[in-house]
Amino acid sequence: MVAFILRRALLAIPTLIFISFISFVIIQLPPGDYVTAYVAQLRQSGEYISAIQEAQLREQFGLNDPMLVQYWRWISNIVLRGEFGYSLEWNAPVSSLIWDRLGLTLAISSVSLVITWLIAIPVGVYSATRQYSFFDHFFTVFGFLGKGIPDFLLALVLMWMAFAYMNLDVGGLFSPQYQNAPWSLAKVVDLLAHLWIPLVVLATGGAAGLIRVMRANMLDELGKPYVETAYAQGLSESKVVWNYPVRVALNPFISTVGWALPALFSGDIITAVVLNLPTTGPLLLQALKMQDMYLAGSFILILSVFTVIGTLISDILLAWFDPRIRYA
Amino acid sequence: MGSKIMTKSPVPQNPMPAERLLELDDVHVHFPLREGLVKAVNGVSYHVDKGEVLGIVGESGSGKSITARAIMRLLPKRAAPPTGSIRFRPRTGEDFELSGLDRNSRAIRQVRGRHIGMIFQEPMTALSPVHTIGTQIMRTVQLHMGLGKVAARARAIDLLAKVQMPRPAQMVDAYPHQLSGGMRQRAMIALAISCDPSLLIADEPTTALDVTTEAQILELLKSLQSELGMAIIFITHNFGVVADIADRVSVMYLGRIVETASVDDIFYAPKHPYTQALLRSIPRLGVDQGRRLPTIPGMVPDPFSVPEGCAFNPRCGHAVAGLCEVRVPPEKRFGAQMSRCHIADQFVQEPANV
Amino acid sequence: MTDQAIAAPKRKDHKEDLYTAKPWQLIWRRFSKHLLAVISMWFLVILALSAIFAEFVGPYDPFKVQRLRTLAPPTGIHLFHEGQFVGPFVYGLARERDPDTARVTYGPDTETVLPIHFFYSGDSYRFFGLFETDIHLFGVDDRREQINLLGTDDLGRDVFSRLIHGARVTLSAGVIGVAFAFVLGLTLGSISGYFGGWIDGSIQRLMEFIRSIPTIPLWMGLAAALPIAWDPLFVYVLITLILALIGWTSVARVVRGQFFAIRNEDYVMAARLAGASEYRIITRHMLPSMTSYIIAALTLAVPEMILGETALSFLGLGLRPPVVSWGVLLQDAQNLRSISLAPWLLSPGVAVVMTVLAFNFLGDGLRDAADPYGQ
Repeated sequence: MVAFILRRALLAIPTLIFISFISFVIIQLPPGDYVTAYVAQLRQSGEYISAIQEAQLREQFGLNDPMLVQYWRWISNIVLRGEFGYSLEWNAPVSSLIWDRLGLTLAISSVSLVITWLIAIPVGVYSATRQYSFFDHFFTVFGFLGKGIPDFLLALVLMWMAFAYMNLDVGGLFSPQYQNAPWSLAKVVDLLAHLWIPLVVLATGGAAGLIRVMRANMLDELGKPYVETAYAQGLSESKVVWNYPVRVALNPFISTVGWALPALFSGDIITAVVLNLPTTGPLLLQALKMQDMYLAGSFILILSVFTVIGTLISDILLAWFDPRIRYA
Repeated sequence: MGSKIMTKSPVPQNPMPAERLLELDDVHVHFPLREGLVKAVNGVSYHVDKGEVLGIVGESGSGKSITARAIMRLLPKRAAPPTGSIRFRPRTGEDFELSGLDRNSRAIRQVRGRHIGMIFQEPMTALSPVHTIGTQIMRTVQLHMGLGKVAARARAIDLLAKVQMPRPAQMVDAYPHQLSGGMRQRAMIALAISCDPSLLIADEPTTALDVTTEAQILELLKSLQSELGMAIIFITHNFGVVADIADRVSVMYLGRIVETASVDDIFYAPKHPYTQALLRSIPRLGVDQGRRLPTIPGMVPDPFSVPEGCAFNPRCGHAVAGLCEVRVPPEKRFGAQMSRCHIADQFVQEPANV
Repeated sequence: MTDQAIAAPKRKDHKEDLYTAKPWQLIWRRFSKHLLAVISMWFLVILALSAIFAEFVGPYDPFKVQRLRTLAPPTGIHLFHEGQFVGPFVYGLARERDPDTARVTYGPDTETVLPIHFFYSGDSYRFFGLFETDIHLFGVDDRREQINLLGTDDLGRDVFSRLIHGARVTLSAGVIGVAFAFVLGLTLGSISGYFGGWIDGSIQRLMEFIRSIPTIPLWMGLAAALPIAWDPLFVYVLITLILALIGWTSVARVVRGQFFAIRNEDYVMAARLAGASEYRIITRHMLPSMTSYIIAALTLAVPEMILGETALSFLGLGLRPPVVSWGVLLQDAQNLRSISLAPWLLSPGVAVVMTVLAFNFLGDGLRDAADPYGQ
């Protein structure tokens, strides 16, 4: 098992290097560079910068160096000092911007993930064991709708309904009076009153798809002979179902646990934008729109690193959970 | 049609003889499919006495496995509710009317695993891939015998030793995929006999195994049978296997039992043309050298259009026009032997040319 | 004697057909039993035709600004006027200004009865750039009044006409994206499936990696790298390419899986033993059994592309005005105020949902029909 983990971890290293390089290339993609943007900014505020000064600045920041050298400088700053560069748009270090919003992002994403699973697994199992029942048909329709309705549309409609019919102030996470207030019980209540829409949107969108997956997996597994064996032992239906096929049908879920990690970090960007949530998603969107490339590149780098780590985690989990992989 | 069957079965009201373990009377299992009604089991009656081995022989699709599942109340969900009576009296003496039990009822769950054990065809897939064989045995033992974890584990190891699993104390923690096919089937048997059942249903237990392993498993089943004194229903399509293990044999064709007899009578005095044809198509050493092996002409008919009258009549060399394709043959008895053939009497004197 | 005796009774003729039907007939027969899929297919056919002939189906020029009809609600179609049957007609639009809020409100002007004319002469357009014409499918004969089936937007443009024009862009982006993805996926998938070994291994790793990155940020990253100033048409092509770049993995996975499954089938081995050439084996034996699956997989891939385009454009990273696509149209419905004021601005969203569902049902129906072991 230890050898397995070590081997997988070693395999991840070249991928990580490759990804960081790609992220850097994306940062460099748009025409112009840091100095072009910086100079433009200075000019806007009325300062005059000559072409010579501009060239000096370039020299100073090492922008004339070969790509590989620049890449090395960028990545070593990140790895050794945790500095991701500087956001021109926000006039702040990228790292502080990201860490600011990360806590809330992780909280919302992980709660919605847990809700998704809590809905999807039992419903999927029930739909499969009572195939073609009313309940199954109901959730089939639900699943299809969830697949067809884009998250942002669901967010828009829910927001509109909450606003029009329930007279709720929606969007954002706090009412204006609590925005900058210190934490109190009232503020927590206010937060909860705002939080349910993003949670409903994220959980419905996710659960709709997962129910279908779980149901299909379960239907596959329920037809397998070992289920009949378990019944032939005299176990009750619920014991059979939850102890045997569910254990096996969960495997594909576990292999996607790792993918949840980058998703947790990015949050659901579109939903967050629509609902005006102070999470990392809208920050990334803003960075991309403004071509604030250090911020955007850092995002892509972090996302990719999380992806690699997440895949590693789910491989390990899967091996721990499924003996067929562990001993293969 | 259900009512007709109900009124037609006065037999089950008789008390079962003392030596009787299981009695099936006029069992029907039908599958209403989009293409038509499939009568997979179409009026099957047989019985098993305590401690005997009943072999059930038939081609694929003859309904032999479905009948076994009707006993266990483990029919596929698309099957229509089965009719007919199935009575069971295990060694403990209670009477069970299995045909009246619901698929998930408490009573049938007490019978399954506790009084009737079952072995399946595919040892590769019939055990849960994510649990150790020990866990799977322990779960059954804990459920039916009320043992604690430690005692259950000890019993699991005992059982594995009983089925001649090498190094049982280690194998108890093995996962199915770590075992060979034969070993898995041994584990499966250990699971099936874990609560000392009165009856073991073995559904083609050796079909997926190679010949050497098959012989070992048969040997094991025979020794377990005499040691534990349980009865076995041995389902197979292989006459050779039946000759080896069974006391009595029933032959099934298209959802009906066409002939039942002691193993000797089946082989030396078969009274149904289908049995005779099957026996002729077994290759033998030293016989008929240089000649083609006889086969049964034609194919098993499409399950949606089973021939009228005797289902075997289109393929039968003895078929009598105007009779066999019109009337379903009745059960004709010759002592302990039964044949469902209009002209079974003809075969009484005439030694079958096997 | 046996042969005649065994012949199945001739009582069910359609069953005889069933045994001798060609694969495509069987697929069609199974598909046509799938009611939802058939309805979805017709829906998509009608939608595609409307998109192709958008200028004809849409009653107005999608860019025509009407200052006096901003945010007008959908016009209701009536059959009876004051208890009298007059055929399909609409009422005129009564425009009033609320004295308190100074906000414009609209109501039906029940005095003006405007019968709906079919094949009516309205705004002129060039039919596929071929000739000038002004025939529209329907319209009302009045210089002032309009028929706005889905209301108007904040510049008074007819939402229905814009929706139909947007369908052309969105649907074609989906279909072209899938076509790109298909070529890429088919090439790499079949290379992967056919050669196996380390080639397969590295293509697999690449696919796994692309699949594991959350799609939206990746799309966004690539889309954001496109300069804003570029020609809208060029951006459109690039956006489709970006969608395809992410989407090809699912197609490639299906192709590779099928290739692997079929390569080991006995009939392929039999063909090989019979001395058939590789080319013949692939074209005559392997491809026919794969096409139906691939068609189903492609059908299921289109909605992903449509959702991708919609989401990107909605966020302002994809297509931009003046291009009209469903995502672009939904930008108008981005904030709460405009939705509560003019809920009909969400109609492109409804169109997206219906189209995505229709493609899903159609794909599911095709997949079920293509499965020879299905019921």
